[in-house]
Formats: sequence, C-alpha cells, structure tokens
Amino acid sequence: MAIFVSSPLSACIALLAGWVLLGACGLLRPRSIRFAGRALFTVGALIGAALGALSAWSLWTGVTEQIVLPFGLPDLPFHLRLDTLASGFLLLLGTTSAGISLYSAGYFRQGEGAAPGLLCLQYHLFLASMGFVLIADDAYSFMVAWESMAISSYFLVTTQHRLEEIRRAGFLYLLIAHVGAISILLAFGVMQGGSWQFTFEAMRSAHLSPAWAAIAFLLALAGFGAKAGLVPLHIWLPEAHPAAPSPVSALMSGVMLKTAVYGIIRVTFDLLGAPVWWWGLVPLAAGLATAFYGAVFAAVQTDMKRLLAYSSIENMGLVFTGLGLAIVFFGTGMHLAAALALAATLYHSLNHAFMKSLLFLGTGSVLHATGERNLGRLGGLIHRMPWVAWLSLVGALAIAGLPPLNGFVSEWLLLQSFLFADQIPHAFVSMLIPMGAALVALAAALAGYVMVKFFGVIFLGQPRESALSRAHDCGRLERLGLTWLALGCVALGLAPVQVLAALNRVTATLTGASLAHQTAHWWLLAPVPTREVSYGPLVFLTASALVVALTVTIVRLVYHRRVRHGPAWDCGFGRLTARMQDTAEGFGQPIRNLFQSFFRIERELPTPFDRAPRYRIAITDRIWRSLYEPLGGIVQRLADAAAVLQQGRIAAYLLYSFVTLVVLLALALVL
Amino acid sequence: MTHLPWDLQLLNTCAALLLLLSFAMLSQRRIVTLVDLLAIQGGLLAVATLLLAWRTGQPHLYLSALLTVALKVAFLPWLLHRLIHRLEVYWDTEPLLNISGTLLAGVVIVVFAFGLAQPITQLANTTMRSAIGIAIAVVLLAFLMMITRRKAMSQVIGFLSMENGLFFGAMSATYGMPMVIELGVALDVLVAVLVLGVFFFQIREQFDSLDLHHLESLKESE
Repeated sequence: MAIFVSSPLSACIALLAGWVLLGACGLLRPRSIRFAGRALFTVGALIGAALGALSAWSLWTGVTEQIVLPFGLPDLPFHLRLDTLASGFLLLLGTTSAGISLYSAGYFRQGEGAAPGLLCLQYHLFLASMGFVLIADDAYSFMVAWESMAISSYFLVTTQHRLEEIRRAGFLYLLIAHVGAISILLAFGVMQGGSWQFTFEAMRSAHLSPAWAAIAFLLALAGFGAKAGLVPLHIWLPEAHPAAPSPVSALMSGVMLKTAVYGIIRVTFDLLGAPVWWWGLVPLAAGLATAFYGAVFAAVQTDMKRLLAYSSIENMGLVFTGLGLAIVFFGTGMHLAAALALAATLYHSLNHAFMKSLLFLGTGSVLHATGERNLGRLGGLIHRMPWVAWLSLVGALAIAGLPPLNGFVSEWLLLQSFLFADQIPHAFVSMLIPMGAALVALAAALAGYVMVKFFGVIFLGQPRESALSRAHDCGRLERLGLTWLALGCVALGLAPVQVLAALNRVTATLTGASLAHQTAHWWLLAPVPTREVSYGPLVFLTASALVVALTVTIVRLVYHRRVRHGPAWDCGFGRLTARMQDTAEGFGQPIRNLFQSFFRIERELPTPFDRAPRYRIAITDRIWRSLYEPLGGIVQRLADAAAVLQQGRIAAYLLYSFVTLVVLLALALVL
Repeated sequence: MTHLPWDLQLLNTCAALLLLLSFAMLSQRRIVTLVDLLAIQGGLLAVATLLLAWRTGQPHLYLSALLTVALKVAFLPWLLHRLIHRLEVYWDTEPLLNISGTLLAGVVIVVFAFGLAQPITQLANTTMRSAIGIAIAVVLLAFLMMITRRKAMSQVIGFLSMENGLFFGAMSATYGMPMVIELGVALDVLVAVLVLGVFFFQIREQFDSLDLHHLESLKESE
C-alpha cells in the first residue's frame, strides 16, 4: 500500500510484471483447465482491477513520474513514465481487462485449439505488453512493447491454427501490424530531430522544421491508423476478429485498438507538441470515411463477429474524427474546443472499450452454446440464454448511442464539438467541417440499425434451427464478467460529469484548457458554459422511467380491462414458422441497395424452375480488389524477379558472398 | 634492401608458404591430400604464432599457438580423415571451373588482395604488416576453392582454410585477437565441423552421395 501512494509507477510496473509472471505460471500445468483457465485468469482479473484502481487514483491526483529501469536493450535502459494520459488509458486497460479476464476464466475449454496454459501465457503477455506500451517513455521500449503486443495477439488470433482460413487471417493481421510498426518506427526516426536520442524527453525538446513535423505526424498516423483500422488499412479487422476466440476479440477490439489512439495522441499533442491545424484534416477525413464505411459494411454482414468487427471500424472512425477536430481546433488556437473534442475522443474510446468487449463476449457465449456464428442460423436465444441476452442488450443499446447509456454521451460530446467549427478562421474549412457532423450522425444512425439487426436476429423471434433449443446460458464466471462490463456501460452513461472531470485531467495537460470547473452541477453535463446546452442523464432516466411506468400502469388498469381473448387473424396461412422471420440478409437489404456502389456483390438467384432453389450472396470489400490485390501482384512480381537469384547451387550462393565481399573491399579501397 | 632479423625473415617465409599452400589446395583434387595440406597450413600457422610470441613477448600468443596445434594440426585433420574413411569420399569430381582456370583466377585475387592491403599496411604498426596482404589472399583463395568444389567435404576444408587466413590476418595486423574472441572462434570452428560432419551423413543418407548438386533439387520449384 505504501508503494501504491509513494510511487504509482512502480506499483504499475509491479502489476504488469505480475501479469507476465501469471502467464508464465500457466506453463506449470499447461493442460489443466482448472488451474491455467479458471484460477490464473481470475487472478489476472484481480490484477486488472487493481491496475484500474491504481490508474484511477493516479489520474485523479495527476502525478507525473519517471523511472529508468536498470535493464533493457544493451546500453539502452528502458525509460518509463506515468502521466495523466497514460493513466487514463491504463484505467481503460485495467477496468476492461478485469471484466474480460473474469469472463475468460469461465470461457476457455479443453480441446479448443492451443493448450489452456499456453493461452494463459499469450493472453497475459498481451495484457502486459499493452500496459508497457502505455508507460513507455522512449522509442525503443515503446517499439519492444508494441511488437510484443502484436506478436502475442497474433498467436492468440491463430489459437485454432489448424484451420486454413484462420492462419490466413492471422497472417494478414501480422502483415498489416508490421507495416504499421515500420511506419511508427520511421516516425520516431524523424522525431528525434538529429539528436539521435530516442527518449521521448528528447523528442519533446527536438525542434523539427514544419515539413519534417508534418511528415512525422503523417507517418505516425499511418502507423497507428493501421492498428486502429482506419480505411484503407482496416482489412485485417474483419478477418482477425472472427478468427480469434471471443475474449481475445474483445480484448483486441476493446483495448488494443485504443493503444493506437493513445499512440497518436501521445505523438501529436505531447511529442510533436504544436500540431498545425491542417494536420487535423487528415485524421478528420479518414475518420469520417472510416466511420461511414464501417457502419455501412456492418449493416450487410451475416456473421455476428464480423458484424461487430465492422462496427469497431466505425467506432474507431468516430474516435479519429474527434481527434482530427481536436487538432484543427488546437492548431487554430481554440483550446477550449480542442479540449472538448479531445475529451469526446477519450470518452468514446473508454465507452467503446466497455460496450464492444461486452458484445464480443456475448457472441462468445452464443458461439459456445450453439456453435454457430452465422446470423441466419440463430434466433430466439433470449429464452434459452436470458443472462447473455439482457446483458448484450445493454451493450447494444449503448453502442447504438441511446441515452441514458454511455454511447450517447460521447457521441453527443463529439457533435457538440463539431458546432465550434464555425469559429475556425479558414473560410472553406469552417464550412466543410459541419458537414462532417452530418456524416457522424448518419454513421450513428446506421450503428443503431446495425444493433437492431444484431440483437433482433440473434436473440428475438423464433429459433431458426432445431439445434438451438439445446442452447444453455453461460456459466457463473462468464455472467460476472459480462455484468461487470454492462455496469461499466451504465456507470459511464449515468455519471458523465464525473467521468469528464477525470478526463479533463488528461485534456487539460495536453491542450492547456480546462473543462472541469465549468461543470457546476453534479448531475448536469454542460461542458461549455457559453453554449446553453446540457445533458442530465439522471433526469432523462427518471423521466423516461416515469413515462414507461405510467404507460404500463395505464395499459394494465384501463386497457387490459377490456381485453377479449380470441384466435388471431392469421392472414390465411396456417402457422407462423421460423422461416417466415426477417433474416439478417433481408434486414440489411435496404442498406445494401442504398449503398450499392460501396460493395462488390456476387449474387446467385434461383430460377423459378429450380427443384432445390438456393440463394447465395457474397458481399466483399471493393478496397480489397482495387488496392490490395494489385499491390500483392506487384510484390509477387518483384519477388519472382528476385527469385532469379535462387539458383539452388551452393557454388552460386558462395559466389554471391564472394562478389559482395570483393565489391565491399574494393569500395573500401576506393573511398 | 634492409637487412631483416632472422626471426622476421622466418616469419615472412611462413607467410609465403601459407600462400603457396593455398594455391596447392586450390589445385588439389584428392581429398585426403587436401586434409594433409590443411594440417600443414595449421602447423605453419602455429610456427608463425610461436615466432611472433617469442618476438613480441606476448604470453597469450603462446596459448593461441598451443590451441592452433591442438585444434588445427591434430584434432580437426584426424576428425576429417575419419569422416573421409567412413564416408569413402577420397576424390572430388571435376571442379566447376577447371584447375588451370581456377589458378589463374587465384592469381588475379592475390593481386587484388595485395592492392587492398596497401592502405592497411600503412596504418598498422606491427612488425609483420607486410603479411596482411597474404592473409587477405588466403581468405579469398579459400573462398574461391569453396565456390569451385562440388563435394561437401572440400567445402568444409575451404571453410577451415578461410579461418586460418583470418587468424593469420588478425595476427599480422594486431598481434592476434583478444583471447576471448580467439577462443570463441576456435570453439565456433570446432562446432561447425562437428555439425557439418553430422550433415554429411544426413546428405548421404538422403541422396546416396555427397555431391552437392543434389541439393539443387531443394530449390523452390517454379
């Protein structure tokens, strides 16, 4: 406890090391699901909760602390630093992972891909490396942590590596992760600014010319954007998420994507220091495109985890939109607006961590209970799995952006910050940015549509397959994990003033403008006093609860008195069957028609004379065809050209070495 | 011409003999003889080291001379002879480039090596600096030998000869490498030969021959 108070950073390092140690413990009895699965993951959840509490405390007190570890790479000790930004994201990591780990303790079973002990090791290394990404204070330790994060998650994604398509998904993920990492590495290379000091301290004090600073920013944006799934670097997301076990999908979508947000905020507002306003237009445009793209694609998916993956893309788009706005505002000197936009960004990151983890875990339970990911074969599960269904409903409502849950708050804040755009002193920009708000609203509406589809098709109606009647609800530990995350969604929705006050510690240090003292009432969210807008979730909750209660009472007392029971008019058909329900394809059809130009659709329609009519539709990404396949072709051709070198003869290889040696020696002679 | 002390003259003779031996190895097709030549080369190296140790009075050079004798004159040749008998490879087949062509290429390489050594010689302040060119030439000639041979055994011998050249170069430029590195390199060579010995058996088992062109079939097919 003493170390907790005197040095939160060392406590944080100790907790992260605890995760690593815990993972190593998994190897003691790798085959035992009781030990490696149940026991160790529960301890991991406790560590996560402790990390959450610690970082909440350090965020509240606003400490900044640095430590140079006595070890690291040769001659390059690891620098670590805990500040408000890192604390904010550690809070996200700790609290979210606590729920996910608790759920995982009940989730992993024997005989699903890798041994539980191995999973335990990879899982906790993944958690710990994400933590170290957040507290790294030099480029080396950052990259080491970043790459360990990518590699440990790669192994988690390919847990069921015996399946061809999962190996393929894993490879795609690793490829994009490495392209991103190279970009980040180059950004750090630019940011050291000729001092060849790779500590973040040196980068803060480096003076870059405007052109180089912009290059560094764009490189970092590309690198972190690849991790966050910005269009067109998003293609790994819809492949990797369905491939990974559900808790891993939850962790990747809920937490890992946020490390990318952390990285870009760290680089832009902290390391580069003074972002130029036009930089913000890039993440703003990319974010808007991503949000819209993700929402449209999510609407037409028929695989529940793929649907959630596209929804993650949409949400990351919203986050980057907020970030872009913050940069534009900050660059034009509108610090208060920048603080608001940045707070919306952070708030949405936090919200998305909770709601998306909740939903992914919900799909995990559905998958375990039914063995089915295809929406077309699910349905009516609310009767069999009430816990999962009701808790998923919380997540679905939250992500659809309905008050009084958390998704609404951050989207409201984001739209509020859009309203400052008219004060930007650049003519066209101030006119165009508000149009982005329209796109955000469209994406949010589509997200609602997607969630109706997600929840309705899986949980409501009648079961579409007879096997679904054997589905069972999830176990106790899984319920606990889901409840934790659902409570998080509710709490973040009902206490926005307090959350914003905490986030203000982060935004105030980064933008220099404070939102906190203006939130006068504890129940009323009014982030900017000059604007007369406010939101009181409790008021909303009370009012809506009152309306619902009143309606129910009136209906019960007045209407039900006059109810007659009789056979329903059945339009002439005999009985309602499961096949008469709206399907996932049918529900998404209007969206598919509206946004036809975005998709590449392959459709096989049956003719009227088919004995066994089959309808098949495949909707794929145009970007894959128009960007990645040509790119892959170029790489393949280059590789083929280089393959001429591969003679298979040792003499030829030796000759290569010999010629290289002689040329280098001759060069040394000449120079 | 300045009059050199006798020990330095002897050293230069050793160097010249080393180069000559390299050429001899380049032209030799009998593998048994190649191993003998390698052993002689090792012996010459040991003599040169001893002379240098005596001249400069550096105790660690005595140790490395001892190491050279133990490893390169006694142990490795013995090991190679045993391998040759067990694998029954006494002859290498016709090299990729015929002998006279190889020797001509060798001459070009020696000229190149001496030209290369010129600036290094001026920088070095050791008594044996004129031998640096020879050391480089020995390394490159061994390389050439590895390129032109077909049998895996000859390539190992080329590899060992290359190491001899490196050792000699280090000695003539800076009176030998630090002891730690020298020990490390010696260990590396030992392990490499042992591993390659295992490899020979594997290759022969797979292809019924030690001829390396069989390995070409391992190339990724078009």
